[in-house]
Amino acid sequence: MTDITAVDQNSGPAAFTISEASVGDYIALMKPRVMSLVVFTALVGLMVTPGHLHPVLGFAALLCVAIGAGAAGALNMWYDADVDAVMSRTSQRPIPAGRVLPREALAFGLTLAIGSIAVLGLVANWLAASLLAFTIFFYVAIYTMWLKRATSQNIVIGGAAGAFPPMIGWAAATGTIGLEPTLLFLIIFFWTPPHFWALSLRRAPEYARAGIPMLPVVAGHAETRRQILMYSIVMAPVGASPWLLGYAGLLYGAAAIGAGAAMIGLSLRIVALGDRDREARAAKRLFGVSILYLFVLFAVLLIDSWLGAPGRVPL
Amino acid sequence: MDDNDHETGIVLTEEQKRRRRARSIAIALALGALVLLFYVVTIVKLGPGVLQRPL
Repeated sequence: MTDITAVDQNSGPAAFTISEASVGDYIALMKPRVMSLVVFTALVGLMVTPGHLHPVLGFAALLCVAIGAGAAGALNMWYDADVDAVMSRTSQRPIPAGRVLPREALAFGLTLAIGSIAVLGLVANWLAASLLAFTIFFYVAIYTMWLKRATSQNIVIGGAAGAFPPMIGWAAATGTIGLEPTLLFLIIFFWTPPHFWALSLRRAPEYARAGIPMLPVVAGHAETRRQILMYSIVMAPVGASPWLLGYAGLLYGAAAIGAGAAMIGLSLRIVALGDRDREARAAKRLFGVSILYLFVLFAVLLIDSWLGAPGRVPL
Repeated sequence: MDDNDHETGIVLTEEQKRRRRARSIAIALALGALVLLFYVVTIVKLGPGVLQRPL
């Protein structure tokens, strides 16, 4: 079989591995849990617009956002396979587990990225497609390839990638970007640090072993707890800002204030804890509540817009 | 390469064959869904104009 060896001299023995990837492995490459949050926030961004988009085009636009997010996930897993392999949370992902070859994940991710951007441009508009392209680029090149391994502020700046989907949804429906989608962007942007740091407090030893400079690894647990509180204090009023500025009704305002108070309360509790075991339990709780926080805010915003939002200012 | 190798080639295990078939079916379904999506989107975007073209 020497002629086969000559075909691919760069890849070593892995080049001859026959793929045993299941369909589920390719779905896992797209990070379906992250994708579900992306689709949901993009859906809300699309639905709360004053404009109208045909339901079929809206569905196609959301599908493109979902596939674009999946592409970013696959490219992230392609680049991060070495790091994923040494962390228990990620060691069973398709590439470190050996079920998908890195070059297969790269091809998969690039194909999905190009396809989703092109189709979104044709189905909706090129502003939305440009935002999707920038989001994928930001997540893969800026966050994954650069910030994640370079600075403890990795998820603060990188969080912008996860904050773009509602703006893409808004742009798909209206062809414009205004203050309201920017507020939705800011809500997710300021939500990301307390959400992710709550996870990294519990995973700090693994991040340290993988050489990732997460905040608890670089600055310690006490500083991380303090910054979680600071970002929660900023996040809560930003979360209520659509109501404060008249874009959403009282229902949303009440939900945002209540959920924001819960996040600040849990963050205060974490700051007060010195003991690592109790800290880990509180951090796990904060992580779960933070997911609920974002879901509640966007779900209520959607309901609020359906109800006609008393007191809503027409854009 | 000797002739014997050429005849034998790479032999897939049953599991590899099963997974390849599953991947092939998934690709076929995805392509079919895309064809349907592009058709419906075309009709929605062009509407009656889809029939108006210079002969």
